[in-house]
Amino acid sequence: MSFDVAAVRGQFPILSEIIDGLPVHYLDNGASAQTPLAVMDAVRHYETTSRANVLRGVHRLAERATEAYENARARVASFLGVPTMEVVFTGGCTAAINLVAFSYGSLLKPGDRILLSEIEHHSNIVPWQLLRSRSGIELEMLPVTTDGRIDLSALPRFLTPKTKLVSLAHVSNVTGALLDVRAVVEAAKSVGAKVMIDGAQRAPHGPLDLPSLGIDFYAFAGHKAYGPNGIGVLWGRPELMEAMPPFMGGGSMIGRVTLAETTWAPSPRRFEAGTPAIGPAIGLGAACAWMQALDWAGAHDHEMALVQRLMDGLQKIEGTRLFGPASLQNRYPVVSFMLDGVHPHDVAQTLDSFGVAVRAGHHCAQPLMDRFDLDGTTRVSMAPYNDNSDIDALLAGVAHAAKTLR
Amino acid sequence: MSDQLYQERIVALAKAKTGAGKLENPTRTVRRDNPLCGDRVILDIRLDGQGRIAELGHQVRGCLLCQASASALSAVAVGRDAAGVAELRHDAERALGREPGDTHEPFDAFAPVASHKSRQECVLLPLEALKDALS
Ligand SMILES: Cc1ncc(COP(=O)(O)O)c(C=O)c1O
Repeated sequence: MSFDVAAVRGQFPILSEIIDGLPVHYLDNGASAQTPLAVMDAVRHYETTSRANVLRGVHRLAERATEAYENARARVASFLGVPTMEVVFTGGCTAAINLVAFSYGSLLKPGDRILLSEIEHHSNIVPWQLLRSRSGIELEMLPVTTDGRIDLSALPRFLTPKTKLVSLAHVSNVTGALLDVRAVVEAAKSVGAKVMIDGAQRAPHGPLDLPSLGIDFYAFAGHKAYGPNGIGVLWGRPELMEAMPPFMGGGSMIGRVTLAETTWAPSPRRFEAGTPAIGPAIGLGAACAWMQALDWAGAHDHEMALVQRLMDGLQKIEGTRLFGPASLQNRYPVVSFMLDGVHPHDVAQTLDSFGVAVRAGHHCAQPLMDRFDLDGTTRVSMAPYNDNSDIDALLAGVAHAAKTLR
Repeated sequence: MSDQLYQERIVALAKAKTGAGKLENPTRTVRRDNPLCGDRVILDIRLDGQGRIAELGHQVRGCLLCQASASALSAVAVGRDAAGVAELRHDAERALGREPGDTHEPFDAFAPVASHKSRQECVLLPLEALKDALS
């Protein structure tokens, strides 16, 4: 049976909004995805039947809230293919990376090296730069190929016994390129380095099997994966997490507090100081369950057909150039392009007047833009609920921009 | 298609590229970046003996609005001192609906940007750069 886009779209009320007479052609999923009714229902259910703080109270609402919160953890764990108690809720993907940079980073010594790449989102660069200024570690950057992939052939050159961690994007938020994680892990292991993967752009495209990847840390954001804002996830290998000091201090993360000394609770509590984002965590649990129920083989074929339709259409508009892999292999539905003579912001603004939402600019990847001397790109990022009409509206808008703005 | 931000006058200003390019012997060169969108303006100015702009050259790496604004500015900046440039800034602010009052050529062309708050900095960037250059 072919993938039923209409049925998926029906679960996202915002896609049938009409704004200023225009339909919603939402192609900015890489920035934030839309959220299905199942997620809104789960959050509403918590707020209307179970709202209380977690882990502390003995009353019935507190019991309900705690159960819902821990169920959400189980759902996220199932989505990632890991044991429930290995999942840490964070404030987002950025917060998860900062947690590792702080807590794992505090175990590193001056002269230790961390390997990143030129394709990384600022949130997988800046936390490491902050660590560098705190602790004197060194940062190195893997180069990027002209088709927008991290150049793994450079790995042997950069990996040394001083390399303690390699932290890379699973899927690029600019080019959609998928990283060959196993190749990275194999190379990193040969020098004893750990591997962290920024899954912000991969998680929205279906369940994962983290153990099979052999990595040490994985981070993603709830709002890009059809969940609420203000919630994200860190998975870490238990023996590493147990060795790491807390990121923040407060309630819930302690073993025992005396004025002289405090002992830490085991992970995940150690890394969830204070009252967590309970409603958003429950929403993210529902989003993970929603994703797990989707036919991803069908969804992926559908997304790739949209990518092909987009690439074919862009090629017919004079002066467009793709930045990223030209093929459908090892990629996800994030496509960046330039229109010669028209600035990306002007492309995006024109598209808005066609009801099409895209992102334009540097995509929080300025080092990548500098490397390829780009003013920025226009980025089309898709989700399973996008359809041909979204792509066709976009192509009409780009053609209009090409005709009127240069 | 809905509201048109890129009306003919704005597009014409951008395409005119008035004042685009470097100056041979600038008195001052300033660079201004918009960290949010990455737009960048480099301005060269040559001043006369009284602190008035004798010549101006701009290099814009940015969107159409930023280019149009630099072009508009170049068309009317010559002969102005810092106070005169501040007047232009007020004119632009009025066109964008951020200050009350009437606006004049050429900045009145930016009135369509009044309803696009996120794009107003693009229009103001060249004016910011010129203010820096004169301070
Ligand atoms: C690849 C990548 N990493 C990290 C992030 C940061 O996510 P958040 O801002 O939700 O924490 C993003 C978001 O744009 C991203 O695309």
